[in-house]
Amino acid sequence: MIVFFTLAVTKLNMTYINNIGLYFLMIKEMFRKPTKWSVMKGLILKDIDDLVIGSLGIVAFISFFVGGVITIQTALNITNPLIPRYLVGFATRQSVILEFAPTFTSIIMAGKVGSFITSSIGTMRVTEQIDALEVMGINSLNYLVFPKTVAMMLYPFAIAIGMFLGILGGMAACVYGGYTTLEDYITGVQMDFDGFHMTYSFLKTFVFAFILATIPSFHGYYMKGGALEVGKASTTSFVWTSVVIILLNYILTDMLLG
Amino acid sequence: MIEVKGLHKSFGDAHILKGIDTFFEKGKTSLVIGQSGSGKTVFIKCLLGLFSYEKGTISYDGKIFSELSEDQKRDLRAEIGMVFQGSALFDSMTIQENVMFPLQMFTKMSKSEMEDRADFVLKRVNLDDAHYKMPSEASGGMQKRVAIARAIVNNPKYLFCDEPNSGLDPKTAIVIDNLIQEITDEYNIVTVINSHDMNSVMEIGEKIVFLQYGLKEWEGSKDTIFKTDNKAVTDFVYSSELFKKVRKMYLEEKQ
Repeated sequence: MIVFFTLAVTKLNMTYINNIGLYFLMIKEMFRKPTKWSVMKGLILKDIDDLVIGSLGIVAFISFFVGGVITIQTALNITNPLIPRYLVGFATRQSVILEFAPTFTSIIMAGKVGSFITSSIGTMRVTEQIDALEVMGINSLNYLVFPKTVAMMLYPFAIAIGMFLGILGGMAACVYGGYTTLEDYITGVQMDFDGFHMTYSFLKTFVFAFILATIPSFHGYYMKGGALEVGKASTTSFVWTSVVIILLNYILTDMLLG
Repeated sequence: MIEVKGLHKSFGDAHILKGIDTFFEKGKTSLVIGQSGSGKTVFIKCLLGLFSYEKGTISYDGKIFSELSEDQKRDLRAEIGMVFQGSALFDSMTIQENVMFPLQMFTKMSKSEMEDRADFVLKRVNLDDAHYKMPSEASGGMQKRVAIARAIVNNPKYLFCDEPNSGLDPKTAIVIDNLIQEITDEYNIVTVINSHDMNSVMEIGEKIVFLQYGLKEWEGSKDTIFKTDNKAVTDFVYSSELFKKVRKMYLEEKQ
């Protein structure tokens, strides 16, 4: 029983190690034999539209309302009259800039953008479109994954909008909910601002953008099977993208702020 | 010419190809036939370099495929046209864009030159008015013709077709067969078709390779296949009453 269990665990670990190796080989291959710039330009613009501009609506919606909720929760939990009310604005700003906008939004994007990437590349695999690219002598990884990775480098702009709208949502909740005054909220938002927090936040976002483009591509590109497996690959891709984002968030926070 | 020597391919414990030796010549329509599971698709994917293989060599006009660098392989593939079983057209592009795709990737043609060339090949496959349709709006036969147009648009030296007639009605299947044969003659290219359509065998099989259990069981042409007494071939090709009668009539006529 113990031998069987050990063998099963070893096999599982080998699969993970194999997949990690394959992922880095994919990254390396993605930069080889580049596609003609005239073609690549169109692919990048299309991916910017699909992945970044197409996500602005959901980022804006979620950011605005979550910003409002953070404000309400903070205001409701400040019961001690000695704690100044402007702390609500301060807490909202810190939560939105440091964690909510870069990390929480990226996990939501792992569901939206990640599933889109995995299912579109996976469907191309199932319908032999990737084989068709390879047979034509095209580096399919460069053709499919590279433009998505480049397009996702504009993802921090979406996060910047998310930050702004999160703080704005908090302000709307304060003013219309009567949790604190507008002046207090603005004072809190402006208090003790550390520019490095923005650097930290955008640095994280660039890393997450790379993860959001490449892990779902990996799951789509190397999937095997038919339509059912495309669905399974999308789910697996969401899980792994989220796990990697959370792990990297911990590591980067410890490295940059710890 | 494509030459295959001692080709072995396995998936885990399953030995799929067990030492295939054959060659495919220019200007001839060559068919690889065999039952489902005989190794036809694996064989054609090995020829294309989509599957690696354990033993043997595949050479394209003397260039041994496995000895080429990745970049050289990609350059060689630019000279290959492939018609996939499911057509493999790019969903996000119109029919015209699908056909122009290899030109965009590998030539320095202007947009108007590419459009002219796409018009020419689409006319060649009898698709004059489908330029702006999406692949999902085209019938199975149209999709196959678009796939053929895309495969020949860049004047390939080698054309591969994986079951080009699957899912087509007999009339459209004959049109596709004749089209492939005409293109092979016209452009003097090496054409390899993977098929188990017996009509294709009788119509366009200038060279036929019969695979069984991963071995090359028989090799010949549409003429010699009538005369062969190889049991595996006759059991497979003349499995239907109709083909048995056709064969009988052919042999009686020859006597």
